Amino acid sequence: MATASPPNGGADANGATTPSAATTPSAADANGVFTVDGVPLKIKLRRAERWARLRAIGLIVPLFLFLMVSFVLPIFTMLWRSVENPEIGLVLPRTAARMQAWDGRGFPPNETLAVVVEEFVAAAGDRTIGKAAKRLNYHVAGYRSLTMKTARRLERAAKQQGMEALLAGPDLIERFKGIDARWGERRFWTILKQASPPHTAFYLLQSVDRDFDEDENVVKVGEHRAIHVDILGRTVFISVNVTILCLLLGYPIAYLLATLPTRQSNVLILLLLLPFWTSLLVRTTAWLVLLQNEGLVNDLAITVGFWDDPVQLVRNRLGVYVAMVHILLPFMVLPMFSVMKGIDPYHLRAAASLGANPLRAFLRVYLPQTIPGVGAGVLLVFILSLGYYITPALVGGPRDQMLSYFIAFHANTTVNWGMAAALSLVLMCCVAVFFAMYQRLVGVGNVKLG
Amino acid sequence: MTTSNDALVRFIDVQKTFDGETLVVRNLNLDVADGEFLTLLGPSGSGKTTTLLMLAGFETVTHGDILLAGKSLKSTPPHRRNIGMVFQNYALFPHMTVEENLAFPLESRQAGKAEIARKVGRALEMVQLTGFEKRRPGQLSGGQQQRVAVARALVYEPRLVLMDEPLGALDRQLRENMQYELKHIHESVGVTIVYVTHDQGEALTMSNRIAVFNDGAIQQLASPSALYEEPENAFVAQFIGENNRLTGVVKSVNGSECMVAIDGGGEVAAAAINIGGTGSRTTLSLRPESVRIDPPADGYPDRFEARIEEILYMGDHVRVRVDVCGHDDFIVKVPRSREAPALAVGQTRTIGWHPGDCRALDVA
Repeated sequence: MATASPPNGGADANGATTPSAATTPSAADANGVFTVDGVPLKIKLRRAERWARLRAIGLIVPLFLFLMVSFVLPIFTMLWRSVENPEIGLVLPRTAARMQAWDGRGFPPNETLAVVVEEFVAAAGDRTIGKAAKRLNYHVAGYRSLTMKTARRLERAAKQQGMEALLAGPDLIERFKGIDARWGERRFWTILKQASPPHTAFYLLQSVDRDFDEDENVVKVGEHRAIHVDILGRTVFISVNVTILCLLLGYPIAYLLATLPTRQSNVLILLLLLPFWTSLLVRTTAWLVLLQNEGLVNDLAITVGFWDDPVQLVRNRLGVYVAMVHILLPFMVLPMFSVMKGIDPYHLRAAASLGANPLRAFLRVYLPQTIPGVGAGVLLVFILSLGYYITPALVGGPRDQMLSYFIAFHANTTVNWGMAAALSLVLMCCVAVFFAMYQRLVGVGNVKLG
Repeated sequence: MTTSNDALVRFIDVQKTFDGETLVVRNLNLDVADGEFLTLLGPSGSGKTTTLLMLAGFETVTHGDILLAGKSLKSTPPHRRNIGMVFQNYALFPHMTVEENLAFPLESRQAGKAEIARKVGRALEMVQLTGFEKRRPGQLSGGQQQRVAVARALVYEPRLVLMDEPLGALDRQLRENMQYELKHIHESVGVTIVYVTHDQGEALTMSNRIAVFNDGAIQQLASPSALYEEPENAFVAQFIGENNRLTGVVKSVNGSECMVAIDGGGEVAAAAINIGGTGSRTTLSLRPESVRIDPPADGYPDRFEARIEEILYMGDHVRVRVDVCGHDDFIVKVPRSREAPALAVGQTRTIGWHPGDCRALDVA
């Protein structure tokens, strides 16, 4: 009896499903669904939505073009400078070609040296040699004066003896050595070779304290010139500390703002945003005034008796931290505030009613919900501080300068665009790496800016 | 009324003020019996939610004391009171799964892993959400979230669960279903529930007793049927169910009956419930379904001529608005049936009711 019933039930179930199974294919079978007038539904949908889509694109186009022209393009042309190497090719075109053909062993052959002499003389004549000399000087200090001196001497000799006689000797290298003993070192010739191609990795290598040696191997540069990795490390270190300080100071502020009644929190937000209405430069110099040895803080502390002699508060790391945290704090507070504002205040009550003490309620219920805001704040502050330049330049000491300072230094003072571009690229890569790490840890989808 | 012996919660002379000027709760004395479903019902601002929050520990008591199982709650912070609570918007933790939400109160009490798993499973079974363990609150419908909230408030087996308008955010159908479910859960678990609502239908359906709040004080504390059928004052009569009001002056009092001269003319016999002496003003309360059109000759001494102003078809009954004794907002409910009298707007018909259904109350 008991065994007889299951087959029955199974048959019933089959019978019930068959009709519906039979109808499904016929509906799905119609490969496209058609509208009443026979146009496939998909095409009709696309047509119906076309105008809205075109309008949307039309609205975006101006901004897109503006961004391309004013933002993307300049950045890429700037970064391109980090591998561009036109100087030697422009000033000494035939030399550049010859030097690239040279295998780099011993000294360049006589014919090549003859070309070098001719072009040095010509370049000295029309005063373009300085450009090449400056470019060569990037590799070794003193190469500029060596080049200038050699070109001048060769020019003078060419005038006195004539070019024919100048090029006559079998060993032109001896003539170079005669002008300056340094031409007897092979590395001055390999440097000229390395500086010749239209594109070079030289600047990029320099920006991470690497260089080519005479045999084109990548090696570390000498200790006295190896500063960029240190600076990059310092930049990251300062940025991390500023971010941590901003987070520690900003979290309670954001919490206060989010929990206060709107009227009071509005006043506080105004105070928080007030610094934004003052120029960055003014704010930074204000700190300089406050924190200097004869400044308000020192005077007050001495009067009150905290310390007896002025303490160095500025032009050191402390000053950098104080000023940077002050300037960047709103970027940390605002995203956290907007996220906290969205957290149901009943959650903490619920947690308490469920038996969680205030600490546990905060750690398990409140804190996890603020993570998107914390993430946004941390990301903003960290990336902004990686690129900080003016503030450390004004309130920091020589050992507190960040990478951007050196980018500005190369761009403005030494006019070494290649180096400035290479350092910019390093900074950008650094941001990209941290962003990727951040994406792995927090997930950018979890970031809420407002 | 319950005796103090089996009262789980006692409010003793509780007063609450927020600004030091007006009392939100005035001198509240209330006993909640163990295992009872007590509803605090009232309009917004009547002090019912404040009462609940004081019990939960989220509001301080300005004066008086609240006892839970005989012990004062005054110095016990909310997280040590061991009272479950369901909030109007559920307050489920959005970053935790259903399972984690339910485990949260158990973890707070340092329960073992096996115990947590067992209790969470049982609680989900109780609210018929087995299989939803890994979902997050955002992936649940309103009704499901509601059930998770209920399960979370019950999972650690508190003796007392507070509910603050928990069905307020649900649509009507779901709300009615949840009312039955909550009632069944209450009956099967045996937990004491204090429930706050402004929806009288909800209160009538679920409660053992209802405390009607108004103006910071309990107007009447009674079972649902007593509250509906025997309101003690005009506010309760007006607040619970539909009610016709006729105002007038007491002419004579004869034991439990009295004669009232209605302001618009005419005199009726009514049950004397809450009136002053002869000559005092009174409000007559009369349920629309107690009024008959063309009443039989005997048993309906209160008879009036009424003009039909409006007829509303409601499906199971017809609402007839009539003008009687100078009140043109007098409603009569006529059940739909074959025997129902044929009505038309503009007719003048006789209406009548039994004196026992007409309650003479205070002037509201």
